[in-house]
Amino acid sequence: MLTEEQIERYSRHIILKEVGGKGQQRLFDGRVLIIGAGGLGAPIALYLAAAGVGAIGIADADDVDLSNLQRQVIHFTPDIGKPKVESAREKMEAINPDVKVRTYKEWVSAANIGAIIADYDFIIDGTDNFAAKFLINDACVLARKPYSHGGILQFDGQTMTVRPGESACYRCIFPEPPPKDAIPTCSQAGVIGVLPGVLGTIQATEAIKFLLGKGDLLTNRLLTYSALRMRFREIPLKRNTACPVCGDNPTITEVRDELDALTVCDLKAP
Amino acid sequence: MNITINGKETAIPENPDRTIDSLLEELDVSQRLYVTVELNGEILEREAFGTTPVNGGDVIEFLYFMGGGR
Ligand SMILES: [Zn+2]
Repeated sequence: MLTEEQIERYSRHIILKEVGGKGQQRLFDGRVLIIGAGGLGAPIALYLAAAGVGAIGIADADDVDLSNLQRQVIHFTPDIGKPKVESAREKMEAINPDVKVRTYKEWVSAANIGAIIADYDFIIDGTDNFAAKFLINDACVLARKPYSHGGILQFDGQTMTVRPGESACYRCIFPEPPPKDAIPTCSQAGVIGVLPGVLGTIQATEAIKFLLGKGDLLTNRLLTYSALRMRFREIPLKRNTACPVCGDNPTITEVRDELDALTVCDLKAP
Repeated sequence: MNITINGKETAIPENPDRTIDSLLEELDVSQRLYVTVELNGEILEREAFGTTPVNGGDVIEFLYFMGGGR
C-alpha cells in the first residue's frame, strides 16, 4: 500500500489512467538492472529512481573520471575518483529514498552475468563495448529476460527492446561482433554529451512501460536517432531464423565472452 | 532506376551486374565490411552480398554497429 507521502510524490503518475495507484505499485514491485553507470546509465538510473521503481541494480567496475562529466549527468565534480556505482547510488537514494539500490562494482562477464540478471525483471544495456553488448544479449535471450539495447556514437544512437523468443534480438541483426583491429577507440570517436540523455531516457521509458504492462514496446524495430539531422527513424525487423542465439538452430547455447571484441568501443560514424 | 536506401528514394544508374556488394562500394557505405544489410525486410547473410542483385524498387537498410554507451 502506498503511504500518503508516496501518493503525493507520485501524484503525476497516479493521475494517469495508464498508471494509477495500481501501476505505481507495479513500478514499486519492479526490479530493473542497469548495466553501465555512464552516459546511458546516468539518465536511466535517475529517471527509474524518480519514478519509484522499487529495486534497481547498477553494475559498473569503473571510477568517475573528469572526462565523464560532460555527459554522465549522475556524477558530479566532487565524485571524481569514486566508484561510479557508489556515486550513482547516492544520487538515486537522494532523489527517492523509497528505492532500493543494489550495486555491482564489477564488469559483466560470462562467469557472473547469469547470477546478476537472475534477480531482475528487465535489463538495460548501457555499456560501451561490443563484448558486453553481445554478452548481455546472449545472457538475456538464454535466460528469457526482456531487455533494452542501446548504442551511441558521436551524434548517432540506436535502441531496440528484445523480448526473447518473441521478438528480434541483437544477434538477429548483428550475428557477430566486428573485429577489434578495425576500430578506433571511444575517446578517439567522441560523443556529443546530450546524446545518451535522449537514448537513455527512451530505454528507461521501455523499462517503465514493461513494468506497467502498457503501450507498445520497441520490439521488432530498431529506432535510430541522428542528433545532427534531428531525425528519428524506425527500421522494421523480425526474428532471423539463422540467428546464432535465438534462431531455429542456435550455435550459442551458453554465454561466452567475446574475447575478440573486448576492447572494441566505437566505429566510424555512419 | 530507383531504390530506397535508409528510407530515402535514390536514383542509381541502370546496371544489370550490380550486386549488394558492388552497391556498398558504389555508395561508399561506411563500415562496409561490417554493415548489416536488410533487403526488402529480410536480413541478408553476408555470404550472399556478392551474388544478390539489386533490382529497381528494392528497399534497402544499412544497419550500423554502434558500440558506445558510457
Ligand atoms: Zn536473435
